[in-house]
Amino acid sequence: MPDQQVVIYVNGSSISVPAGSMLSAALLMASAPCRISITGQPRTALCGMGICLECRAVVNGVLHTRTCQTVCQEGMRVETQP
Amino acid sequence: MKPMDVLVVGAGPAGLAAATAASRNGCRVAVLDDNPAAGGQIWRADITRPHHEDAARSAAIAAFHTSGAALLPGRRIVDVRSPSTLLAEAGGHFETYRWDRLILGTGARERFLPFPGWTLPGVFGAGGLQALVKGGYSVSGKRIVVAGTGPLLLAVAAHLREYGASTITVAEQASALQILPFAVSLMRSPGKLLQGAGYRKALGDTPYQTGCWPISAQGDEELRSVTLTDGKRTWTIECDLLACGFHLAPNTELAQLLGCTLQEGFVRVDTQQQTSVPNIYCAGEPTGIAGVDAAQVQGEIAGLAAADCNPIPTSLLARRAKEAAFGRRLTHAFRLRPEVLKLASQETIVCRCEDVTFGQLQTRSNWTDAKLHTRCGMGPCQGRICGAATEALFGWQPTSVRAPLFPVPVAAFCDETSSLNAPSAR
Ligand SMILES: Cc1cc2nc3c(=O)[nH]c(=O)nc-3n(C[C@H](O)[C@H](O)[C@H](O)COP(=O)(O)OP(=O)(O)OC[C@H]3O[C@@H](n4cnc5c(N)ncnc54)[C@H](O)[C@@H]3O)c2cc1C
Ligand code: FES
Repeated sequence: MPDQQVVIYVNGSSISVPAGSMLSAALLMASAPCRISITGQPRTALCGMGICLECRAVVNGVLHTRTCQTVCQEGMRVETQP
Repeated sequence: MKPMDVLVVGAGPAGLAAATAASRNGCRVAVLDDNPAAGGQIWRADITRPHHEDAARSAAIAAFHTSGAALLPGRRIVDVRSPSTLLAEAGGHFETYRWDRLILGTGARERFLPFPGWTLPGVFGAGGLQALVKGGYSVSGKRIVVAGTGPLLLAVAAHLREYGASTITVAEQASALQILPFAVSLMRSPGKLLQGAGYRKALGDTPYQTGCWPISAQGDEELRSVTLTDGKRTWTIECDLLACGFHLAPNTELAQLLGCTLQEGFVRVDTQQQTSVPNIYCAGEPTGIAGVDAAQVQGEIAGLAAADCNPIPTSLLARRAKEAAFGRRLTHAFRLRPEVLKLASQETIVCRCEDVTFGQLQTRSNWTDAKLHTRCGMGPCQGRICGAATEALFGWQPTSVRAPLFPVPVAAFCDETSSLNAPSAR
């Protein structure tokens, strides 16, 4: 594991993850869904490679961000996308 | 004479090899990729083991950097601006890239087949879970079922075990009889045989069950168990995660948008890897699913051809033919059994973006009809996941590709601080 950690906020709660972690991985570590589907189902990352868009979430206020291609940055705020 | 500007899309094994060959032969080369780092799928950077280097990956990336080609990561090609200009989206703004020669190394994605419960949190693609683990998701101590089809299942299971997961079983839908000729043919490729043997060894006592496939996944808010069958018997396994993929499907959308002809679902190329559109080349998985060695040799040929280095060495052409034959054997060995096309129930969601069920789609006659009446394929993935599924389930052929190829943040349309010709951006 890389020694350095970064702190991010998942649905308001802070978690510490290894520097360089993908946001999708951090959401899984925090047991938070990435988004809620149109019929109300929680969804998490599926393809891990930017294709399926199941991993989209609200990142620093920006909707529809693919978390599987976003690297965690110190202080980043991510919310489950309604 | 001004050097030729070669633009490569995709920094996987194919794109890196193409860029290296073209740059070594006097072209100004830039490689764009939508990921934060180079490597594509197989060589995806592993944040948890930054010093654990794959020899082939290190060699390819070192050769690429030495060649002087530029890497422009975090950029996704979304549209074609003019016959020789592409539009990329990068961090919420647009950039345009002009080229004299274009090489497409856009790779492949996993093919998913819907079954009851496949949308539950805890169910991932097989390569998908591997990518997430490389991105920092810890699976240590997790009980995982790996299922679906293709050699990727073994690679993924071996990888998950290395990370401390308890891989309960690997369920491969193809029968032992179907895979046997392929396994025997690996004798002709000692490198691949060794790799396969290495994965098997890493799997330890995890069973590799051929002729066995998932029929449903259970859980309320998240996965609790998976039900498998061998056609005669069904049984349920309690687990934390399911990694499930049914081999690969090529990423041909950009080639299609550029007007390149497809043949049986793959980008058609000539002996120089040139597509039906002059000066546009294609290498790697979009031309046929054949693995990393095929991707690299095709990439090298495309790079040489784009740099007008003719004739292409016969040794390269021979290697390409050998790898293509491997790809054909692979596709044949892991062909889908009819049962896995019938797993969805009426309520199973097929289009995950729009939550369209199998029952809703059953009454539609084709892809366009389904899109218009159910919104299947109209969500943000633009049919990349459900398109491959409905092709397998109903034989529907997705219609033409439309720009933008991927959803673009609204901010990008407001911010036109675009431009710069890629190669001069280094
Ligand atoms: C999820 C997954 C995991 C895999 N894991 C393994 C493995 O462990 N072992 C193995 O032997 N094989 C694996 N494979 C098979 C693998 O695809 C090939 O062996 C090899 O990576 C193919 O190389 P390539 O260069 O053709 O494509 P890729 O490696 O797929 O590279 C293509 C690159 O192009 C990028 N790209 C595509 N479209 C665009 C666009 N519009 N704009 C910008 N960038 C774009 C992609 O993000 C990607 O980085 C995996 C495949 C998948 C889908
Ligand atoms: S997990 Fe599929 S796009 Fe991110």
